[in-house]
Amino acid sequence: MSLASNQNLNTLGVPIGLGLSFVGLVILALSWMGIALPSILLWVCLVALLFGMMVFGVSTYAGETEGIKNNGIWHKSLTNKGMLAWVSGVVITGFYVELYWFPELLGLSAEGANTGLIAFFDPLSFALKGSAASQWFVYGTLYTIAIVGLGVKFIVKYRHNRYQFWRTLSVMVAQLFLAYFIPEIMEGMYQEQPYFAKDLKYFWPLNYYFFEDWHINNMTSEAGGSMGMFYLVWGIVGFTTLTPIITYFVGKRWYCSWVCGCGGLAETAGDPFRHLSDKSIKSWKLERWLIHGVLLYIVVVTAVVLYGYFSGQGSFMGMDIYTYFRKPYAFLIGAAFSGVVGVGFYPLLGNRVWCRFGCPMAAYMGIVQRFKSRFRITTNGGQCISCGNCSTYCEQGIDVRSYAQKGQNIVRASCVGCGVCSAVCPRGVLKLENGPEENRVSDNPILIGHEQTKLNSDVI
Amino acid sequence: MGAKRIVIIGNGISGITTARNVRKRNAEAQIVVVSSETKYFFSRTALMYAYMGHMKKEHMKPYEDGFWAKNRIELCFAHVNSIDFEEQKLNFSNGKQTNYDKLVLALGSTPNKFGWPGQDLKGVQGLYSFNDLESMEENTVGIKKAVIVGGGLIGVEMAEMLRSRKIEVDFLVREKRFWGNVLPIEEGKLIQRHINEHHVNLLLETNLEEIISDENGRVRAVKTDTHGEIECQFVGLTAGVSPNIKFLKDSELETDRGILVNEFLETNQPNVYALGDCAQFKTAPKGRRNIEQVWYTGRMMGEVLAKTLTGSKTEYKPGNWFNSAKFFDIEYQTYGTVTANLEEGHSQFYWEHNNGKIGIKFVFDSDSRRFIGINTFGVRMRHELFDKWLTQGQSIDFIMEHLEDANFDPELYKSYGTEILKSYNSEFNKNIKIKKKSWSRIFS
Repeated sequence: MSLASNQNLNTLGVPIGLGLSFVGLVILALSWMGIALPSILLWVCLVALLFGMMVFGVSTYAGETEGIKNNGIWHKSLTNKGMLAWVSGVVITGFYVELYWFPELLGLSAEGANTGLIAFFDPLSFALKGSAASQWFVYGTLYTIAIVGLGVKFIVKYRHNRYQFWRTLSVMVAQLFLAYFIPEIMEGMYQEQPYFAKDLKYFWPLNYYFFEDWHINNMTSEAGGSMGMFYLVWGIVGFTTLTPIITYFVGKRWYCSWVCGCGGLAETAGDPFRHLSDKSIKSWKLERWLIHGVLLYIVVVTAVVLYGYFSGQGSFMGMDIYTYFRKPYAFLIGAAFSGVVGVGFYPLLGNRVWCRFGCPMAAYMGIVQRFKSRFRITTNGGQCISCGNCSTYCEQGIDVRSYAQKGQNIVRASCVGCGVCSAVCPRGVLKLENGPEENRVSDNPILIGHEQTKLNSDVI
Repeated sequence: MGAKRIVIIGNGISGITTARNVRKRNAEAQIVVVSSETKYFFSRTALMYAYMGHMKKEHMKPYEDGFWAKNRIELCFAHVNSIDFEEQKLNFSNGKQTNYDKLVLALGSTPNKFGWPGQDLKGVQGLYSFNDLESMEENTVGIKKAVIVGGGLIGVEMAEMLRSRKIEVDFLVREKRFWGNVLPIEEGKLIQRHINEHHVNLLLETNLEEIISDENGRVRAVKTDTHGEIECQFVGLTAGVSPNIKFLKDSELETDRGILVNEFLETNQPNVYALGDCAQFKTAPKGRRNIEQVWYTGRMMGEVLAKTLTGSKTEYKPGNWFNSAKFFDIEYQTYGTVTANLEEGHSQFYWEHNNGKIGIKFVFDSDSRRFIGINTFGVRMRHELFDKWLTQGQSIDFIMEHLEDANFDPELYKSYGTEILKSYNSEFNKNIKIKKKSWSRIFS
C-alpha cells in the first residue's frame, strides 16, 4: 500500500516539482530579458521556485529506502559534465558576469528607477526593507531560495544520517536568517544608517572589505551608533578569537559546512556536483599555492588599507590604494574567483572550487585545523577495502582512501567536515570526531589484522 | 650480490600489497608485477560501484598511474601461459619469457561453475574480474529480468547492481536462508527482509537445474527444481569462487583446490610463494579455514610475505577475525567469531531495533562468560577496541559496559547503548550500567 503511494509520489512529484521550478525559471528569464511583468508574477515565481525544488527533492527520494543515493551519478548528463552541465554552467556564469560587471543588463539604472530583473524584485524589497531592490538583493534572494529549496532535497536524500540532517538544517537557517532576513530587515529598520555588513558570521578575511576605510567609517559613524560599534567589535573578535577557538575544538567544519553561505550553497545546490572535484596530487599542490596565496594577498591588501586608514594617506609607496590594492582584489578574488568560477563552474569543476582553492577564511582555519585542533577523521582499524567511494565523493578533492587504506587518520587543512566520506563508506571505516590531540595524526599507522606485522607506511 | 628480481603474478590486493611492502623494506629489489587483467591495480571491491554509476572506472584505482614508476614497481601487462620452475622462467602468451629469483603467485579466483547445462551461454556470468564488469555492462543492456544463483556476498552485490538499473531480480538460494553458512538465523532474517524491501525476489531452497538458450545462444530462461522455468535475459553465477590455478594443474607445483603452501606461504617449488585467494594452507592457521578469499586476508598475507622476501622470514599468523560487508543499505561488521549455528558451550545475546534494520549479536562462553564475537548490522563499531578486547579475553559484561566506547556511528547518531543494556540486563538478570564514552579508555 505505502509502497504504491510512494511510487506515485515519485512518478507524479518529480515532474510537478520540475515543472514548478521551470515556471519560476521562465518568469525569471523573461524578466532578465527586460520584459516588464506584473508584480503578482514575482510571488508566483518565488513560490514556484521554492516549492518546486522542495517537491522535486522530496519526491525524488521519498519513494526509496533510506540509504546512499548515488545510482547513475556518472551516467547522467548534468552530473557527468555532459551537455546539460555545460548549458547550466554557461547560464550561471553569465548571470554572475552580469551581476558583478554589467548590472545594467539586469536592469540597474544609474539615474532613475531600475528596470528588468532588478525592478521585478522591488515588491519583495519594499516589503522587507521599504526600499527598491538592488542587484545584490536579487542575488541574495535567489541564493537563499536555492539553499533552502535544495537543502530540503539534501535532507531527504540523507534522511538516515543525523549528522547530515543537523548540518544541513544549520546552513539553511544560517542563510535564511543570519545572511538574509535579519540583515535585510535591519536595513529597513535603520534606514538612516550608512551601509555596513550585518551578517554576523561574515568575518574577515572572507569579508574582504571589513577594514576598508568606508566600511570602518560607516560602522563608527554617528549614524551607525552603538550597533555599528557592536559589529566592529564583533567582527574583530570573530576572526581573532572565536574562529581559532571553535576551530580548535571542532575543526573548520563549524564554519564551512554548518554556517557559511558559500558552503551552504555548495552543500545544497552544489551537492549533485561534489564528485567532480579533482583528486590528483597535482591539484592538491595547486590548492596549497592558490589558497595560501589568496590568504597572503588579502593580508597584504588589508595591511595597506589599514595603513591608509590610520595614516590618512590615499596611496602606499606611490600606488593608489584603491586602484592597486582594493580594486584588483575585489575584481579578481571577490568577484571572479568566488562568484564566477566558484559557483558558475559547479557543474564542471565541482561545488567547492572557491572553498578549496580560493577562500582565505578557509585557508586561515585550515592552518589551525591542520596544526592545532581536536578534529580528525578517524580510520577504523583495518576495515578499509580501498573501494574509493570516500575519495570520489570528497568535494574538497581529498584522496581520503589513500589514508584510510593505510589505517591512517585523515588530518587535512582543506577538510570542511561535510561528513559525506563517512556516509558513503560501505564498511563503516570513517568517523568525523573531536578528540584528544595526541593520537590524532598517525605517521606510522598499523593496519590491524596480523599479529606480527607492525608495519609503518612511511615510504609508500 | 645483485638486486633480487621478484616477479609477482597477479595485481590484486595480495600481489600489490606484496610489491608495495617489499619496496618499503628494500630499495634495491627489482619488482615486476605481471597481470593480464588490467595494467594498473584496481580495487575489486569497487566493481559494483562502477556498474551502478557511483564511480567511474578510473576511480577504482587506489594509486595514481605515476605511483608505480616512482616506486620502481614495473608493471607488465601480459598473460603467463606456463612457468618453468626448473629454469625459474615465465612463458608469456606472446612468446616472450622472463626470469625470476623469487616468484609470487597471487592469482586470485574464478567464479564457481558447477557444470550446469547452459552455464557458458551468452548472458551468463560471474562477477570477479574487470572483464566481468565489462561483460555485465554489455550483457544487461536493455534487459528486463535477471536470475542470480548463489546466496552470498557477491550475489547480493549483483542484485543491488541490477536493481540500480531497474532490472527485475530472482535470487536463487540453495540454503534455507540467505548466506546461511555464515549468518545466524536472526541476522539472516534481518537481511532477507531488507533484500525483499529492495524488490528482489528471494527464492530460498531453490536449485538451478538448467540454463536454457534462445535461438541465438543467449540465455532465455532458467529451470529450477521448485519454481519451474523462470524467464530471464541474464544469469549471475555467484555460488562462490575457486582458486584460479587451472594453468598450473599439470605442473610440478603441488596443488589441491588451491596452491598448497606452508605457514610461510612457501610452495613445494624453491623460491616460489603463493598467497591470497589462490593459496591453500596445508595446515590451516589456528581457528581459520585453509582457503580464505577475503580482501583483508590477502592484504595481510602480502604484508607477511614481503617480510619474508626481504630477509626476515615471517609466519602467517592472522589475528582476531574481522570482516565487513554491505547488503543494499545495511552495513555489516563482525569481530571475533560468530558462527551460523551457536556452538556447544557458547551463549548468545541478540538485540534488534524495532525498525528491523539494526541488529547486534554477541556470542560468549557460557561458563567463563568470555566474549567471543559480535555481528553488527546498521551500527558501526571500533575495530581497534574489539580487537583489543578479544585479545585480552574480556567478558561479555565488560563489553556491554563499554559499548559507548566502541560505537563508531557518525556524530549525532542516536545511541542504542542504554536500550541494548536494558534488554541484556533483563535477559541475563544482570544490573550492568553502561559507561559514558571515555577517550582515555579508547586510547589506552
